[in-house]
Amino acid sequence: MTDILQIENIRKTFPGVVALDNVSFSVAPGEIHTLLGENGAGKSTLMNVLTGLYHPDRGEINISGKQVHFTSPRDSLKCGIGMVHQHFMLVPAHSVFENILLALDDVPNFFNRSAYKEKIEKLIAEFDLELDLNLPVWKLSIGAQQWIELIKLLLRDCQLLILDEPTAVLTPQETERLFAVLQRLKGQGKSIIFISHKMREVMEISDRVTILKKGCSIATLARGDFDESKLAALMIGTDKVPQWQKSLQMSDELVLDIQNLSVQNDRGLADLDDFSLELKKGEILGIAGVAGNGQKALAEVLTGLKKTNQGKIMAGAEDITNSNARYSYIAGIAHIPEDRKTIGIAPDMDVADNLIMKSFKNRLFTSGIFQNKKAIRQNADDKIEQFAIKTGPDGTPVRYLSGGNIQKVIIARELSEHPTVLVALYPTRGLDIGSAEYVHKVIADGADRGMSTILIAEDLDELLKLSDRIAVMFRGKLIGYVDPRNTTREKIGLMMSGETPGDMS
Amino acid sequence: MKLVIERREISSPLLRFSAPVASIFVALFVAGFLLLASGVKPLLPYKEIIIESLGSMYGLSETLVKTTPLIFAGLGVSLAFRMQIWNIGAEGQIYMGAMGATWVALFSGIENHWVMLTAMFFAAFLCGGLWAGVAGLLRAKWQVNEVIVTLLMNYIAILGVDYLIYGPWKDPQGFNFPLTAQFSDTARLAEYFDTRMHSGFFLALFCALVLYLFMERTIWGYEIKVIGSNQKAAQYAGMNTAWAIFFVLFLSGAIAGIAGFGEVAGLQHRLQHGISPGYGYTAIIVAWLAKRSAIGVVIVSFLMGVLLVGGDSLQIMWQLPVAFVYAFQGLILFFLLASDFFIIYRLKLIRGNAHA
Amino acid sequence: MLEILLDATVRAGTPILFATLGAIINERAGIINLGIEGLMLIGALAGFAGTSLSGSLLVGVLAAFGAAFLAGSIHALITVQLRGNQIVSGLALTMFGVGITALFGKGMVGLTIVGFKRVAIPGLSQLPIIGNAFFNQDLLIYFSFILVFLIWYFLYRTRWGLGLRSVGENPAAADTCGFSVSTYRFLAVTIGSGFVGIGGAYLSLASTPMWIENMTAGRGWIAVALVIFAGWSSPRAMLGAYLFGGITAMQLRFQAMGTTVSAHILQMLPYFFTLLVLVISTIRLKKGAGQQPEGLGLPYDREDRK
Repeated sequence: MTDILQIENIRKTFPGVVALDNVSFSVAPGEIHTLLGENGAGKSTLMNVLTGLYHPDRGEINISGKQVHFTSPRDSLKCGIGMVHQHFMLVPAHSVFENILLALDDVPNFFNRSAYKEKIEKLIAEFDLELDLNLPVWKLSIGAQQWIELIKLLLRDCQLLILDEPTAVLTPQETERLFAVLQRLKGQGKSIIFISHKMREVMEISDRVTILKKGCSIATLARGDFDESKLAALMIGTDKVPQWQKSLQMSDELVLDIQNLSVQNDRGLADLDDFSLELKKGEILGIAGVAGNGQKALAEVLTGLKKTNQGKIMAGAEDITNSNARYSYIAGIAHIPEDRKTIGIAPDMDVADNLIMKSFKNRLFTSGIFQNKKAIRQNADDKIEQFAIKTGPDGTPVRYLSGGNIQKVIIARELSEHPTVLVALYPTRGLDIGSAEYVHKVIADGADRGMSTILIAEDLDELLKLSDRIAVMFRGKLIGYVDPRNTTREKIGLMMSGETPGDMS
Repeated sequence: MKLVIERREISSPLLRFSAPVASIFVALFVAGFLLLASGVKPLLPYKEIIIESLGSMYGLSETLVKTTPLIFAGLGVSLAFRMQIWNIGAEGQIYMGAMGATWVALFSGIENHWVMLTAMFFAAFLCGGLWAGVAGLLRAKWQVNEVIVTLLMNYIAILGVDYLIYGPWKDPQGFNFPLTAQFSDTARLAEYFDTRMHSGFFLALFCALVLYLFMERTIWGYEIKVIGSNQKAAQYAGMNTAWAIFFVLFLSGAIAGIAGFGEVAGLQHRLQHGISPGYGYTAIIVAWLAKRSAIGVVIVSFLMGVLLVGGDSLQIMWQLPVAFVYAFQGLILFFLLASDFFIIYRLKLIRGNAHA
Repeated sequence: MLEILLDATVRAGTPILFATLGAIINERAGIINLGIEGLMLIGALAGFAGTSLSGSLLVGVLAAFGAAFLAGSIHALITVQLRGNQIVSGLALTMFGVGITALFGKGMVGLTIVGFKRVAIPGLSQLPIIGNAFFNQDLLIYFSFILVFLIWYFLYRTRWGLGLRSVGENPAAADTCGFSVSTYRFLAVTIGSGFVGIGGAYLSLASTPMWIENMTAGRGWIAVALVIFAGWSSPRAMLGAYLFGGITAMQLRFQAMGTTVSAHILQMLPYFFTLLVLVISTIRLKKGAGQQPEGLGLPYDREDRK
């Protein structure tokens, strides 16, 4: 049987970046084919090429043996390729029904609403899902939103489904449910490209695995030919990630005492719900939880970007509840924000200006109302050397820097005044291995000097490797603490879906 | 085959410089056709524009007269642009500035020349600032769209000034014309070479210098630049963005307000109907063309001054409506926006269409 | 008295209604159009010229739509195809409109035409109070009623309408579903502009059947503000336009009655009132009452890396 998809020697560059260098692989009918690769290996770019969003600079795409050139997503849809994007392609303000309707191409301009509703409801029932067609999408959980994306593709009768890191936003239990659905679809003869960097999931679901590294497809292995360590070796290049050596010198002194915090978001829902947490001096406290369970609100409340409705935050003896960003910075709380490009930097300004974003009023950098340009320049030169930041000539806007170097700029700035607490929100997301390692080292070195860190991450490996303790969050509540040296992924997984440790025996 | 758009890896400095210049010439070219359609031979007007505005001492002085308010208003608008705030209300702020200065000139009773001018200056500064400050407050506090607010307030400001000069402030000896009494010599700026050119021009240049230093050298300028680059980042860094928005709109309006001071103290020596023939709108083009530089504002203001003086003479020679200059300014902006595209992107042909 | 005031309200509100509806179509597709004022002027002149040259009001209305459609296509080209700044392009369009109508309208000043006449709808026009105001009007006003409904139906009950709204909310989502973002946006801007043009034509063909330079006097900006008041919905646009019309009618009434209040102060009222409405509806919006299209003002670049 011919492969449903075969791609050869695809290359795609962006200004200054080679996103895909040379990628070839194929997918057979009824196959679940996994694309495995670190963040930044080019998985998402490749998929955007496959769905017609990006034009490759070079290379061939064949669908069922026929060469195609996609110029828009429409072309790719016509060929039966559908994708669940990592960032959902939904219209939050529209109802579930309208979102699904948008994806159907056979709807006449003046259509029969009830007939389509019926058709969609039938499919929802077939897969035992619960979805209210009339609700606006923004009211649904992330998991439910993903079902909408999947239903869109099934209604369009796509033969090749691409799922880009679908499990990143799911609890382990929701993931199991998704896998069951995928197996069923496979049974119906559909092909699936599954993208992930979570080894266990890859092992569980894949028929074949293609490994991407730095924009190249370096190997394709069939089930039986691969095991976890072999995949990891191919993907990362070393056999095993070394455990971090911590010189445990945590004291019992509390640097941060969070008591019964409640925070409401713009929609009036609780982001944090009676949340309490203790952070000790020199401790790295990991926060585990599925994204969207209040982690961001926690970071924002701690750093003065968000107000609480109720509760108290003590930094040592100081009450910093509902302080502002400037005050919490002065109180010694540094913050590595989630979205480094949209929050962490002023993209049009250069490294020197970005490094003083929080300390520009500091006497070091001013003389009266004027800026001390010489001191600012000197500070930049020092930090660029100390943190090995790769930047262009003076005055180069930071938006031209790579993700890793932007993160270094942020870290250099945040650590420059020796904070007592670092709140790090997904600090390694989207970074290459080298940069991620560097971030880990900075956090661990900080702990050795007595800095405490709240490390919020989605990758359990990262948390297990670095943390002294791990706190698990679910729907804005603290479910409990676990000791990373003495726990299992399963236990954390269950806690991430809301089961308190007491329930499990 | 299909045409696709690609982002350029680097945009060459040559392109970045030549594109705006080219767009002005293309706009001139297209405007020629508009003139042709309304019965004016092309080319002739261009010669006329240059001769009238630059060809004589008098022409040049008239050009500088028009350049002066454009520099003030352009600096104001461009300051707000730095923070991604749109002050479309410079026109109204000029009127309010003129009103404030006039009030001091007519009713304060100050007798010392310098005290008088200083008081008029600050009255204009404050009136323009507060007028724009309303928009600033609304934007900072409730995110009310400042474009619409500043614009609607233009109409209110102009009607407000009309109310005064048709009503309470009307010159009793003015034969019922809509204007105030003439200012005494205490309230007038110096004039030069027997022309209408006045010291407001040098004040404008000085203002450009101060604003340049403010933006590039002070901590407040730095703060404004950070907020303009990324407001979320500024909040995250602990800056009070709401206050900054109010402050910048206030300052932006205040600088535009000084243009009103210049017009009444330097040029008209009274408040009258139509004290600004649209300088506030032309200032938007000035600010956009000058991108971010105060020096740029001065240069572009001069170019626009040339255009305005030339436009005036076209109006007399061919009985063209005054508003024709607007059509031309609109065209310049259109072509400028179009040229931006070719600086950032390039077009590429690729092989296309899918086989299902 | 109330009847007369209501009648004047509808007549004063109609040009704004057309303009607001046109602006809503623009913004629903995600494009801010600050050229409304200029488009109205272009529509007013084209409508007047069309009728004056042909003697037919229908030709005038079509000319107004066509001219504004063409002028709108400049804005569409710059903001959709060339991804230019929507605010600057809109302002340029207004300047262009003010200038070019002054230039080409020179020869039209002082000409007269026979404008739209009232056509009473039998039965309905006899209704007390509202009968005269709503059912004894000219054809353009009846057309505006129909347009309000048609736009609502189009947006919420047709697939094209769904596509249009999606393009304005989340262009990437619409794109991946196979909708052409640029086609939808381009047509929304041009067709929306066409309706704005009819709003201008109402001024020169019905309100005061003649051409006066700059005869819109800021109505286009009021329409831009009313879009926010209307929460991007066509029935609410009607409410907003008539509220504004009511203020204008009352202000004119006061002037006619010869009050001691200065005419200039009275003329400020509509602008002042629009400002007030804008502020109140923006605050309400923040509390989640209406919804601004999420993609409003943002150019869509498929290959933009986030």
